[in-house]
Amino acid sequence: MKRCPNLVDTGRRQFLRGTGLAAAGLATAAAIPHEAKAASTLARVSYPANRLGNVSELKLNEPVDVSYPDADAPGVLIKLGQRVEGGAGPDGDIVGFSTVCPHKGFPMNYNAGDRTLNCPGHYSRFDVEKGGQQVWGQATQNLPQYVLRVDAKGDIYAEGLDELLYGRLNNVLA
Amino acid sequence: MAFKRNIDRLPIIPADAKKQTAVCHYCIVGCGYHAYSWPVNKQGGTAPGENIFNTDLSKQQAPESDAWYAPSMYNIVKQDGQDVHIVIKPDKACEVNSGLGSIRGARMAELSFSQARQTQQQRLTDPMVWRYGSMVPTSWDDALDLVAQVTATIVKAKGEDALFVSAFDHGGAGGGYENTWGTGKLYFGAMKIKNIRIHNRPAYNSEVHSTRDMGVGELNNCYEDAELADTIVAIGCNSLETQTNYYLNHWVPNLRGTSLDKKQAQLPGEPHAKGRIIFIDPRRTVTINAAEAEAGKENVLHLAVNSGTDLALLNAIFTYVVEKGWVDKDFIAASTKDFDKAVKANKTSIEDAAKLTGVPAEDIIKAATWIAAPKEGKRRRAMFAYEKGIIWGNDNYRTIASIVNLALATGNVGREGGGAVRMGGHQEGYSRPADGHVGKPAAYVDKLLIEGKGGVHHIWGCDHYKTTLNAMEFKRVYKKRTDIVKDAMNSVPYGDRPAMVKAIVDAINAGGLFAVDMDIVPTQIGQACHVWLPAATSGEMNLTSMNGERRMRITERYMDPPGQSMPDCLIAARIANHMERVLRAMGDAKYADQFKGFDWKTEEDAFMDGYHANEKGGKFVTYERLKAMGTNGFQEPATDFKDGKIIGTKRLFADGKFGTKDGKAIFFEAQWRGLQAPGKDEQKRKFKYLINNGRANQVWQSAYLDVESDLVMDRWPYPFIEMNPEDMAAISVKQGDLVEVWNDAGSTQAMAYPTPTARKGETFMLFGYPTGVEGNVVNAGTNELVIPNYKQTWGNIRKISDAPAGVKHLSFKSQEYKA
Repeated sequence: MKRCPNLVDTGRRQFLRGTGLAAAGLATAAAIPHEAKAASTLARVSYPANRLGNVSELKLNEPVDVSYPDADAPGVLIKLGQRVEGGAGPDGDIVGFSTVCPHKGFPMNYNAGDRTLNCPGHYSRFDVEKGGQQVWGQATQNLPQYVLRVDAKGDIYAEGLDELLYGRLNNVLA
Repeated sequence: MAFKRNIDRLPIIPADAKKQTAVCHYCIVGCGYHAYSWPVNKQGGTAPGENIFNTDLSKQQAPESDAWYAPSMYNIVKQDGQDVHIVIKPDKACEVNSGLGSIRGARMAELSFSQARQTQQQRLTDPMVWRYGSMVPTSWDDALDLVAQVTATIVKAKGEDALFVSAFDHGGAGGGYENTWGTGKLYFGAMKIKNIRIHNRPAYNSEVHSTRDMGVGELNNCYEDAELADTIVAIGCNSLETQTNYYLNHWVPNLRGTSLDKKQAQLPGEPHAKGRIIFIDPRRTVTINAAEAEAGKENVLHLAVNSGTDLALLNAIFTYVVEKGWVDKDFIAASTKDFDKAVKANKTSIEDAAKLTGVPAEDIIKAATWIAAPKEGKRRRAMFAYEKGIIWGNDNYRTIASIVNLALATGNVGREGGGAVRMGGHQEGYSRPADGHVGKPAAYVDKLLIEGKGGVHHIWGCDHYKTTLNAMEFKRVYKKRTDIVKDAMNSVPYGDRPAMVKAIVDAINAGGLFAVDMDIVPTQIGQACHVWLPAATSGEMNLTSMNGERRMRITERYMDPPGQSMPDCLIAARIANHMERVLRAMGDAKYADQFKGFDWKTEEDAFMDGYHANEKGGKFVTYERLKAMGTNGFQEPATDFKDGKIIGTKRLFADGKFGTKDGKAIFFEAQWRGLQAPGKDEQKRKFKYLINNGRANQVWQSAYLDVESDLVMDRWPYPFIEMNPEDMAAISVKQGDLVEVWNDAGSTQAMAYPTPTARKGETFMLFGYPTGVEGNVVNAGTNELVIPNYKQTWGNIRKISDAPAGVKHLSFKSQEYKA
């Protein structure tokens, strides 16, 4: 006789649940030392939605210093004047990046000439027009970029990051 | 978009994590690391007492923090069959790298085999054999029996010259003392194999033969000398990209002036300033750019020679220095010979050199002055560094001799702030029985294979398909010859061993080649092979090596090797065991006896049998002692074991005694003779572009692990070819377009990378890359000792297609740091 495997599985799961509950009941009755309660956490870090500025405040190719997701994490907003992947705003040309080099944590400088962030520590450089791709350098990751949202008033919000920030093992300190 | 991991946190190393010594297994610098591991169901916390750093990790850490690691430094691996978290991070207390990790080394964890996180799933886990038309798994005993049966039959019938071997002979992941000894004892002890080659060249020879013949071993100084030198002379080496942390941690402090205190403390009684640097290289590299950023342009001199003319330049500097009297007369008299002969033979005027090399006469004089003009009556200290631009360059033997001539004349060997040293590729780790039977010049193995010689080929961690010269022709013939054997194997049932061996031997007699590949990953040459034997790599076994200042350390086994894979030394031992058994069964007890002495159970057995028992100072060195010496180890050779420490040797030849019979270093005659390797002159005349070639910062070696690195393959889906924008425009090529590079030797492909600093007509292509093999267009010409001349290659370039989709997200901006 051909049996439906799905039904068999469902039955098995019901059975196990039943015995599990029964076993739990017994355990309580026998007053076995209490189990530690598992801490409930989410799979990903919960990023704050922070207002970093307004579209009207940005000038073409002039970086504005910001920080995200907290005051200890410096970064920049840049209006590039041309649509790029990951760009936000009406023209799809606004990007935000951490300015801490993911290699050794040195603060980086913006070179407006070729639109790169450059690290004086060990000469790494990142292309802000290409999602923070490391053009050359010693970091083992590309530059953390902000997930940006621009609302109807032109306010720019950062709502996430796509790589681990240097100097913290959790992007949101706690 | 650029590749992003979307990792926003990492498990924290708990306070009680296991901590083991590790040394980066990629480049020669051998940066010190630690491997931290702990059970997969545990984790540390942010409170100081809850993590290995005893640090509050709820706070942002400062730059250069010890208490941070990148996602690339983390993985889940197996230890004794159990999943554990692992973090492999650079060690701040290691004198080599002081906590620095390069884009290559700092990815060791991510490039480890992990079933849990699906990294390096390409790794070989089982012996594989050609069966029923594809490579399929089998047992060690089955695979080794087949290898031994065929190998024994062929060497008995045709002699040992019919067994060809390609074998690593370095350190780190390119060998290590255990594995060079294991393979060496098999091929140079039990047998006397003559047709053998090394991973990156088609013969068994030294890359730096002349310096050894002159009595000046090539790794004669220490990394600190780069901090003490008045002038560093970097010849054909791009050290920021290929010896990254040596450059960053020891050259840059001198260029910045931050090693001045050290100079004054260690070398009192002479004037000191921050360092100057001279580069001899046809190409402007990122290394030169970084030097200018640190030292200022006024302290950096780039001699952009015409490709292959270094010898003429060096001889001119030598001549000028001698004429000015800027030589170390006492040293020359006491410790050298044949100085006058070399002066006479190598005499080259500044004017002639300027004409040949294209370097302005005043720059040649400036270089000579920076190297040797006395500083207030005191000898100037110059360190001479060279690597593949010279080693794979025109007239290797003479050009290296000309460097050593200059270093000896100026008294810069065995002294603080001096040295005439190769920069190196892999770490070193050579321990083998004598190789004199190989001969000089050694057999040109690849050429012999193309000519149909040899019946069996054993390959250890080499991939000719990516890293040899005349590669296109080699691959064409190699495939044809190994296919003859594959077809023969398909004609009999696999389980009928006598019939199988007979079919293979008959195929060999008909021009076929039976190929056995020992490696950690499936290689391109492996596609042609009949047996793959899976090897363990550094960290999956205990492994010892030394770096470019002869610093010997152990990498402890911090994880299990994948599947059934084994250390190479034990694979060699098991091949020997099976050879002994098979030869005995054939009735040749005498030959079988030659394969005794391979009863090793562990890599430590191989180490004690090899390095400990045979190498200079080896008797002072054991695993236990090396483990106690940690990431700083000691500098070879060991001279003693005292107070729980192995005592080493900071600099070679510090006593003025060199490696010749009478202890005197020999000056060599080394006259300029044009492009020396056959076919180069003709190629240069016939084809339009110089196809210079070399490494990229992001890629380790032939990308054998990086092919599974999303970070690297995202940046370089195809090998780049740096081209002057005007050259690109002339053939209607845009950035990212795929181009064909072709000449009389073959053809290959690359991706155009506009490079305004590239001189017109001079390109630079990534070497040894799987998606476009530069060796396809390198002709077969070598020097008189069968050293390949990869660098002097000329070819034409034509467009194949517009940039493919996988290239469109790439940055094509200048790779030079801009303040």
